[in-house]
Amino acid sequence: MKKRITAFTLLLLAVAVTLSACGSPGSDSGEKTEKVVLNFFNWGDYIEESVIEEFEAKYPHIRVNLETYTTNEDMYVKIKSGGSDYDIAIPSDYMIKRMMDEGLLKEINMDNIPNYKYIGDQFKNLSYDPENKYSVPYLWGTVGILYNKTMVTEPVDSWKILWDEKYAKQIIMSDSERDSIGVALKMLGYSMNSKSIEELEEAKQKLIEQKPLVLAYAVDEAKDMMIAESAAMAVVWSGDALIAMNENENLAYAIPKEGSNYWFDSMVIPHTCKHKEEAELFINFLCEPEMSLKNVNYIGYATPNIETMKLLDPDKITNSTAYPTAEQLANCEIFEYPGDEINKVYNRIWTEIKAH
Amino acid sequence: MKALKRIYLIIIFVFLYAPVLTLIVFSFNDSKSRGHWGGFTLKWYGQLFKDRQVMSSLYNTIIIALLSALVATVAGTAAAVGIHSMKKVLKSFVMNLTYLPVVNPDIVTGISLMILFVFIKLDLGFTTLLLAHITFNIPYVVLSVLPKLKQLNKHMYEAALDLGAKPLYAFFRVILPEIMPGVVTGFLLAFTLSLDDFIISFFTTGSGVSTLSITIYSMARLGVSPKINALSALMFIVVLVLLLIVNKRSATNGRNEAPLINI
Repeated sequence: MKKRITAFTLLLLAVAVTLSACGSPGSDSGEKTEKVVLNFFNWGDYIEESVIEEFEAKYPHIRVNLETYTTNEDMYVKIKSGGSDYDIAIPSDYMIKRMMDEGLLKEINMDNIPNYKYIGDQFKNLSYDPENKYSVPYLWGTVGILYNKTMVTEPVDSWKILWDEKYAKQIIMSDSERDSIGVALKMLGYSMNSKSIEELEEAKQKLIEQKPLVLAYAVDEAKDMMIAESAAMAVVWSGDALIAMNENENLAYAIPKEGSNYWFDSMVIPHTCKHKEEAELFINFLCEPEMSLKNVNYIGYATPNIETMKLLDPDKITNSTAYPTAEQLANCEIFEYPGDEINKVYNRIWTEIKAH
Repeated sequence: MKALKRIYLIIIFVFLYAPVLTLIVFSFNDSKSRGHWGGFTLKWYGQLFKDRQVMSSLYNTIIIALLSALVATVAGTAAAVGIHSMKKVLKSFVMNLTYLPVVNPDIVTGISLMILFVFIKLDLGFTTLLLAHITFNIPYVVLSVLPKLKQLNKHMYEAALDLGAKPLYAFFRVILPEIMPGVVTGFLLAFTLSLDDFIISFFTTGSGVSTLSITIYSMARLGVSPKINALSALMFIVVLVLLLIVNKRSATNGRNEAPLINI
């Protein structure tokens, strides 16, 4: 018995030592030449891997270390703690604003990002970064209605259809406070960023009225339920809509005429950055039309890069799931942080709706 | 009655293994969806081995689990022996200190370790991740070794000394073999806990060092890739085969020996 256990322990030790000696494919053992290491903090599965490989091939003195996060909030906590030297991150719009206000971002030297010229004008000077000093848009998308063409016969062009009693128990709403309240606000003709308590109360009444018709409040599961055809309509993000439409050809996506929310994930340089010039080189590389194209094809969200759009399959653009037309976008808004006071009202209203 | 017993057993096994089976079946699904069967494919297995991010996370996960479990087992066993021979008041005080990290929520442990590492200016990365895992593993080893020490006849050690053994020799030749099942249990417990920890790992890692749970969890936004199903299926089968081999060996090797894995 003892011998066997000693052998077992020795074996484990041997495995551990060999593994550490071999060095991992992606981590920092191996040759210790003076390479600049860029720590890239990204959403999981949010970049085509070959893009990183091509970057490293083009700039052999730089190595990219990819680390991933799940939510904007997780990323914020880690960057704020300053324990690790993140050089590039890709937060969403409202988080960029918050990090900017708290001084967690470094100004990007746009002279080092010549490819910034490819970014469409409609994606510049947005409310979260009005002077384009801190962020370069990576991908963007919208919120809309994913519906099943065989179950919904009339045209889907207004949020009002989500209140149609014909579709009782066939509607999936988003289980996200800002998205669902925003839908009700838009249907009533108000801004998605409304700070008026009366408007918000009105939206709350509408959502309570709608509740008996709703099959489920879901986020991630919505697309699976739509693929399985267990619901007729769902409020989803455009990226999820694209994935679902690839799996089930009866599905279609629409952005209602009242307007909707559109969001951005943009590249920023956090205050922890140690290699700003190399980080800018990397951001610039991601804006190369071919590289951006690879990412768009891999992820499915929309690109803000006009040159990339020219390279895209024209079908993908006219099929307005990923790329809404300018008029569709006209009524769309980016979420803004309403301030602590009104944010509490949003929280309270959402709790009241869910508890009703 | 017998039929009832059998049905009960079957229900338990269905609950335990249905999720794993579903996962394995869907690793062969041609469609990326979890709700829809798109035909048989092996492509996720092919893609899995080409995915640099997943492979380096797998590597980190195994290394961290092995190293942290080994260190924690050594440290925990030594601590258990020490605690065992303490006076009563001190013993209950130290035992309470040991229980605390076990009942503490992971998020508290994770954030406080992160703040500590940042405060002492240790760069977050592989080292801090390993230290964090050793920290949360030690109490489990202590708690699984202590009962074995309590069962031990305390005169055995004295007898060994009387017969001329040096204390160290007596410990390795007399005490350790007796408490070995507890030590192995502690090691395995530490190994599994380290394998599937997410929260503490997320907050204490940095510089691009990811474990599998971090990589998988961060895919949630775009939908977890079926590559992960393929990986989980492979891991499940490897563990299953290892267990079968170990149990088979201990069944054939001598009648008096207890099976090696005896939790």
